[in-house]
Amino acid sequence: MSRADVDTAASGRRTRRPDGPRPRRGWTARRREVAAGYLFVAPQLLGTVLFVLVPLALVFWYSFHEWNVLVGSFEFTGAANYERLASDPALPGVLGATATFSVGLVVLNLSLALALAVLLNQKLRGTIVFRTLFFSPVAVTLVAWTIVWRFLLQDDGGVNGLLTALGTEGPNWLRRETTAMIAVIVVQVLKNVGLNMVLFLAALQGVPQELYEASMLDGAGRWTRFRRVTVPMISPTILLTSIITVVGSLQVFAQIDVLTSGGPGTSTTVLVYYLYQNAFQFHDFGYGATLSVLLFAIVLVLTVVQWQMRRKWVVHED
Amino acid sequence: MRITRRTMVAAAAASPLALASCGGESGDDGPVTLRMTIWSANEDHLALLDGIADDYLADHPEVEAIEFDPLPFEGYTSTLTTQIAGDNAPDLAWILENSAPDFVTTGALAPLGDKLSGTDGYELDDLVPAATDLWRHEDELYAYPFSTSPFAMFVNTDLLAQVGQPTASELIASGEWTWERAVEAGAAVGAQTDADGIVIRDFDYAGWDNLSTLWTGWDARPWSEDGTECGFAEPEMVEALGFMHEAVFEHQAMPGPGTTADFFAGEAAMTVTQISRAGLLEDGSFAWELVPLPAGPAGEYSVIGQAGIGVLAVAPHPEHAADFLAFMTGPENSEKLAQFFPPPRQSQLTAEVLGQANPLLSDEQLQAVVIDRIDDGVVKPSHTGQAQIDQAVRAALDPLWTPDADVEGVLTEVCAAIDPFLAQ
Repeated sequence: MSRADVDTAASGRRTRRPDGPRPRRGWTARRREVAAGYLFVAPQLLGTVLFVLVPLALVFWYSFHEWNVLVGSFEFTGAANYERLASDPALPGVLGATATFSVGLVVLNLSLALALAVLLNQKLRGTIVFRTLFFSPVAVTLVAWTIVWRFLLQDDGGVNGLLTALGTEGPNWLRRETTAMIAVIVVQVLKNVGLNMVLFLAALQGVPQELYEASMLDGAGRWTRFRRVTVPMISPTILLTSIITVVGSLQVFAQIDVLTSGGPGTSTTVLVYYLYQNAFQFHDFGYGATLSVLLFAIVLVLTVVQWQMRRKWVVHED
Repeated sequence: MRITRRTMVAAAAASPLALASCGGESGDDGPVTLRMTIWSANEDHLALLDGIADDYLADHPEVEAIEFDPLPFEGYTSTLTTQIAGDNAPDLAWILENSAPDFVTTGALAPLGDKLSGTDGYELDDLVPAATDLWRHEDELYAYPFSTSPFAMFVNTDLLAQVGQPTASELIASGEWTWERAVEAGAAVGAQTDADGIVIRDFDYAGWDNLSTLWTGWDARPWSEDGTECGFAEPEMVEALGFMHEAVFEHQAMPGPGTTADFFAGEAAMTVTQISRAGLLEDGSFAWELVPLPAGPAGEYSVIGQAGIGVLAVAPHPEHAADFLAFMTGPENSEKLAQFFPPPRQSQLTAEVLGQANPLLSDEQLQAVVIDRIDDGVVKPSHTGQAQIDQAVRAALDPLWTPDADVEGVLTEVCAAIDPFLAQ
């Protein structure tokens, strides 16, 4: 598009090139451009509307109903589901398990990913092999990965076999409340830590070398350089990975379903699994929708909080 | 970039909006297509069902096609209810026994009594009452019990011989075929070989309803006959599950939680399951026998597993579906189905009919394990709201599966967990 076109488009009808043809009414170049733009984004927009916004609105709508598929009932019950939510005796345990899982996953995932990225950012032989090694689980199908780990974590599985070979005895990982949660977290961290590691690696490689050189001239040691140069410079990536990981941790489902089915007891029944049980096992779609709204609210609040906090600790955000 | 009309056409073509109007549904007046959800993807089962469907289609031009839609057994009921919720209900569905009350009592299934009794030559009275009880509500039949299969014990006689234990047949002959004796044999196998003792198949420390194949021998019940009183804390149940706890943790006669042992791969001496699993023994890598469940302190007993076929109340074509169901389960086709699924028809509960389907089993075995047991069998537990109860019992029973568990304390907690559901 020429500069003249832009000028014409931007200034509209009021200015006209004295010798140019008069633009046709209705289909100015700008309008055509805008319309084409909308048409190009239409596929994505349509998908978002159909598969995100409409279902989201429907979930809110369903949460005000008693909807039992088997009975065939669908009745407006006002805030009854929300009252039930407030007094649900199982909910504190479910939220506790969700918080434990999320905190454990986020802390372990981010610290391990950063540590790996720093280690594999060195100019040493073999780093590419290790980068590939740590990233490869990201490409593996989640359910296949989890099923293999279920076998490894059995009482007589590979993990305990290894521990026995090392002269110690491992617990029945998936059948004890504390170890089951730890096992689910670790399996998930190993699955996805490679993704955050790559993001951190990219960020680390974007830190200007001069900053390190300058800080070294100022007498900064290795730890001070990491704390005062590296962390501030990669803080936008830390924000991004923490948001992705927190949101992802709240959506954990397949791992729980395959490894523990929410047990032992209800120790690994996290919010999404509880939602699944209510909607799809107990046929109570109305209450399931209410739990979805709760999940939505939690994700929204956490994301907004993280976004707001960026001003305090993310460099370039003020 | 110069935006031309051609660019806009390209953008429009890229938009799925252009495709949105391409769909369409055929009218309701033409021949219909029936769909039935099943949980078997076994090719022989599907070939049999397709054959029956072809026979029906030949005489019924108003039905264009009959599709059998295999859904994974894991999560079968959830998938089915999700289809119903998504306004994509099948016409007919296999129903698992543990969700029978939920389907039968809630109006999810269409009544079948009039249709079946009004079909020429159907012989509705031939259905064994014990087989149809689960599928009745207020004297109306809501599903046809197409598979009524007692649980039995498969025994690896090679493993028992290896540890110097008598076979189950010998124990039956001497009147000693009891759980106590079975656990003794299982413990010997567990202690002296790499294999495990007794596996209650599909229990896996989660599917607790399979334990009814054990506790019924103690005359224990998970809840009272009318479903309102919890039975887990009753002395019979405490004794039965205490016995099992000892078998697992003290005698190591059963594989513990988190350990898998497949009888059919030669990894266990005995397994409790249904006779249809005999097909897994075709390779014949070890000698085996099939015997009734061992007697418990309350004497001999049997437990039956069931599956029904029903017409969904919200089916797109309920009348055609009911008509096909009557055709598929009439005497002639019932005998064909008996190849794989023990039929509920008295006239077909003969060793001869069942033998066609189970060539690995002798007439005596079929008589003793299936035919003699169907009439007096206790059906696996089920209750309205089974999914909630199932989950609550599983979670509350988990503490039982540790070596130092307080059996009575745990079972009292199980009752506390399910009392609210039983009261509903």
